[in-house]
Amino acid sequence: MVIEHLTKKFGDFTAVDDISFSVNKGEIFGFLGANGAGKSTTIRMLCGILKPTSGRGLVGGVDISKTPEKVKTFIGYMSQKFSLYDDLTIQENLNFFAGIYQISNRKEAVKRAIESAGLTGKEKKITGSLPVGWKQQLSLASAVMHNPSILFLDEPTSGVDPITRRKFWETIRKLSEAGTTVFVTTHYMMEAEYCDRLSIMRAGKVIALGTPIELKRKYEKKSLEDVFVSLVQKGVSK
Amino acid sequence: MKEKIVTVHNLTKSFKEVQAVKGISFEVNQGEVFGLVGPDGAGKTTTMRILAAILSPDSGSAEILHLDSIKDREKIHDRIAYMSQRFGLYQDLTVQENIKFYADLYGVKRTELKESMDKLLSWSNLTQFKNRPAGKLSGGMKQKLGLTCALIHTPELLLLDEPTNGVDPVSRKEFWNLLYKLVDDGLTIIMTTAYLDEAERCHRLAFMDKGKITARGTPKEIVNLIPGGVFKFNSENPFEESNRIAETTQAVSTVFGSQVHVMGKITAEQIQKSINRQAEIVRSEGSVEDAFVYLSEIEKNHG
Repeated sequence: MVIEHLTKKFGDFTAVDDISFSVNKGEIFGFLGANGAGKSTTIRMLCGILKPTSGRGLVGGVDISKTPEKVKTFIGYMSQKFSLYDDLTIQENLNFFAGIYQISNRKEAVKRAIESAGLTGKEKKITGSLPVGWKQQLSLASAVMHNPSILFLDEPTSGVDPITRRKFWETIRKLSEAGTTVFVTTHYMMEAEYCDRLSIMRAGKVIALGTPIELKRKYEKKSLEDVFVSLVQKGVSK
Repeated sequence: MKEKIVTVHNLTKSFKEVQAVKGISFEVNQGEVFGLVGPDGAGKTTTMRILAAILSPDSGSAEILHLDSIKDREKIHDRIAYMSQRFGLYQDLTVQENIKFYADLYGVKRTELKESMDKLLSWSNLTQFKNRPAGKLSGGMKQKLGLTCALIHTPELLLLDEPTNGVDPVSRKEFWNLLYKLVDDGLTIIMTTAYLDEAERCHRLAFMDKGKITARGTPKEIVNLIPGGVFKFNSENPFEESNRIAETTQAVSTVFGSQVHVMGKITAEQIQKSINRQAEIVRSEGSVEDAFVYLSEIEKNHG
């Protein structure tokens, strides 16, 4: 992903203000920022849902302004608001997504997704009755059914306990090792520690970028939480 | 001795064939921030709903402010506040209108409303936004408004069910500062959280797992339940090495970013043998999150 001077205005409000950065293939890139800093707007542009006001964005080599519909064919998206249908079974949900993604060998893909989510034997369970951790694995499995090369995760583990969260990140790490690029937003700095590189956004701008270790060193803080608070609060008091 | 304002004794609750709460007992003192932590499905929310006197237990008792959670339900509702994960704010009503709505629900006297509203608005820094529709507030501000509405009838006990999900670190920090101010004024708080860095901020904790309380104490006491502290080392393949340790030794192993944490009956030499390399291993005190992982894994292995 290559982002150059990307800007999005809504009327006279600039939600994303001239941001530039790039993300390498197979990298886990953490996209941090306070509520309302412009993270979701950026993600929506990168996914080809929202047209940038100016600047350029290449996602998997495709220009998000010129051919946004092409982007959607090779990305996956998962958010904390589960996109699963609560009244369908696990299998039915996956069949549905396989249909949406027009996967050719649907049966095989669904079977693989169930295995990867660790839900074998539970295919007939109603999604709404599943524990949060399972839903999350299922949600992830449905988001990667079409083998996307870039995966967007928008606050994927909100409200999940540490053990479930760790399992989730282990899956994410495996995906990245297999070459999937992962672009993730989170409010939990414990989670940000799992990222290869991080950026921090404030009021539409990217104000810091680096590996977790680099950021802690540069701002002379013990934890990412302290780095985040000091950078973002500076903006609040200004 | 501080006054006990919540006494839970042998509480059980089942939903159809699932036993959500399996005989738990605990006490909460006046002016305390008490944290109920545990994995998803541990029974935390069910417990909170019983404490809020909106759900009746199958057996056992819960005394809230010296009132019985079943018999004195209405009286309890007048004196406590319960902020659930889905606290209802009316998006098209302004900040002030939302507060007034809750004040009416709780029967706050009109003569007292203005004073407590002004006080709460200034406490939560929402005064300048009082005419803004709730739907136009940021996530952190919505959460503060929810808390303000919950407090409008000056409760003595505040129950918070995962109050900070989806809130950024700066807003969370501010939220906690607000909570501490309330505690300084004598309020008692019981909260659940899935984030263990937040649990560190509670005065006392109870760990719940599969409907039971498996450990309790101050955050420091909880951390001390990890025998011999935590071995930590950096790793290029943290998940792989952590899994190898868990498979080949008796120890509990987990991953924090690029660091592996190992707990239990093990030595640094045994760790190095297990991962087959000379890692730079340091031994230090753990965190509540370490203790959580340790206790959950131990429970799984023995239970």
